[in-house]
Amino acid sequence: MTPLALLWLAPLALMVLFATLPDNSIFSPTLPPPGSEFFNNVAALAGSANFLRALGNSVMIGLIYAVLSVLLTSMAGYAFARFEFVGKNVLFGLLVATLTVPYAVVVIPQYILIARELGLSNTWVALIVPPLFNSLGVLFMRQSFSSLPQELLDAARVDGAGEWRIFFTIAMPLVRPAIAALSIILFLASWNSYLWPLLVGTSPGARTAPVALGSLIGLNVVPWGPLMAGATLMTLPMVVVFIFLQRYFVAGITAGAVK
Amino acid sequence: MVATISASATTSRQARARRGKPIDRQWSVPYRFLLPYLIVFSIFWFWPLIYSFLLSFQNTRVNPWTIDVAVNWRRLWVDQAFHAALRNTLIVLVLQVPIMLALATAIALALDSPKLAARPLFRFAFFAPIVVSDVAYSVIFRLLFNGQYGAVNQALTAIGLPALDWLHDPTWMMATIIIAVTWRWTGYNAIIILAGLQTIPKDLYEAAAIDGAGAWRRFRHITLPLLKPVIVFALVLSVIGTMQLFTEPWLITDAQSSGVSIEMLGTYLFKQGFRNLNFGYASAIAYTIAAMAAAMAAFNLLLSRRSSS
Repeated sequence: MTPLALLWLAPLALMVLFATLPDNSIFSPTLPPPGSEFFNNVAALAGSANFLRALGNSVMIGLIYAVLSVLLTSMAGYAFARFEFVGKNVLFGLLVATLTVPYAVVVIPQYILIARELGLSNTWVALIVPPLFNSLGVLFMRQSFSSLPQELLDAARVDGAGEWRIFFTIAMPLVRPAIAALSIILFLASWNSYLWPLLVGTSPGARTAPVALGSLIGLNVVPWGPLMAGATLMTLPMVVVFIFLQRYFVAGITAGAVK
Repeated sequence: MVATISASATTSRQARARRGKPIDRQWSVPYRFLLPYLIVFSIFWFWPLIYSFLLSFQNTRVNPWTIDVAVNWRRLWVDQAFHAALRNTLIVLVLQVPIMLALATAIALALDSPKLAARPLFRFAFFAPIVVSDVAYSVIFRLLFNGQYGAVNQALTAIGLPALDWLHDPTWMMATIIIAVTWRWTGYNAIIILAGLQTIPKDLYEAAAIDGAGAWRRFRHITLPLLKPVIVFALVLSVIGTMQLFTEPWLITDAQSSGVSIEMLGTYLFKQGFRNLNFGYASAIAYTIAAMAAAMAAFNLLLSRRSSS
């Protein structure tokens, strides 16, 4: 298993190595020793692709998206977990069914609506709002809210608390680990997404890091050093977060898998 | 009369409270919790699903768009580029998904084994690609598989094998994409399978060991059958993902800069929809993908019904 594991790590290791090398030496048969070119590569990247601004856009869009999406999916998950209402089973069935519908089907009308009819291309609204629909998040939060003891919520009700107050001051704080897990997963999904930002965000103010990085591939002379530096800047922070929060990722990935 | 009603209402309310059922609550409360989510669902998901279907029956190459029920579907039938895209997608699907799921199962079994030392290191090695973005790893693989100087070819020639034209020869382009996707998603599937493994009761293995079953027989007769629903779940997700592959063929091979590339359903849909702005035809392609996904989901349902009965 050790050779396989080393093979698995090789692409990431080489990415970091190449990010520290001068651009012209990446293809030379004998590599120079890992150098201090990293910051030069980043500087070149910042100049040619406005990459630092794109990274900033990605961070802000990811944060706003994660907060809004956690709020929406928590409210919906809470409704499915704690209430009986007409149409519940139909709605829930619809939600589960959406998991098997390819994104390819909805992306065309989403684009027509956002870009052509509403003229929202290159706005953060276009980048943040359509991806807010997320059925895995609702399933995940429903599971978490289902585990709360009913007595706790009823006690608050007897004390005269309104439904919103119960939700925000009792239910939400009690599922904090689940919210943390979901926030990370949602931020990562936004951070990594490519197709939708490629369609609706190409101006400097709306361009995210993946789109900026991808744009360099089409050039005649591909700037490999800066590209690897950009890939490293996009990847390493996430890998570090992953090391510390592995169990949250695992919880998110297995949300739909094990009943 | 009034007193009787309110008394019975109170007792039934208390009874409901005791059973853990909601008490004293307006009917609209759950809907208010659902409202924002349902709005997003309707506008950005449910309506697009229908609109996409309607678009597939429209000629969007004329202005204004006109209804022409068969134009796109007839074109799918004769379009060689679409057939190539479909064929390439199916080839990747048939080769990559089984390789990946077998590898993921093996890795999950190894990570679950009590004999494994340095488990956190191995977990890290296989799970790290989960957080790497499609764009970042695509540019890395494009560099590593470069035909002239890439690290992969340098490694091949170092051990006496011929260098391969990974990014221009159709066969090897396919291989590159299969390797890349496998690298990216095997750990993800291993997590799903590992979670499934951990739900299998340990005493089943002990009983089998007492009966003299060897490691292979225990795997074949206990692990695999009990793991089937989880593996099928991973299979369905992988198939749906593979059918829409876009970033990898787009950025690793030369699809973007109009050089040589292998057309996949995802890239062909992108070109038809967002380069040629032929939304009707792109919708027909999208619904072909959806039909294949629906068939997969139905297959999943059939399997899980059979295994539970």
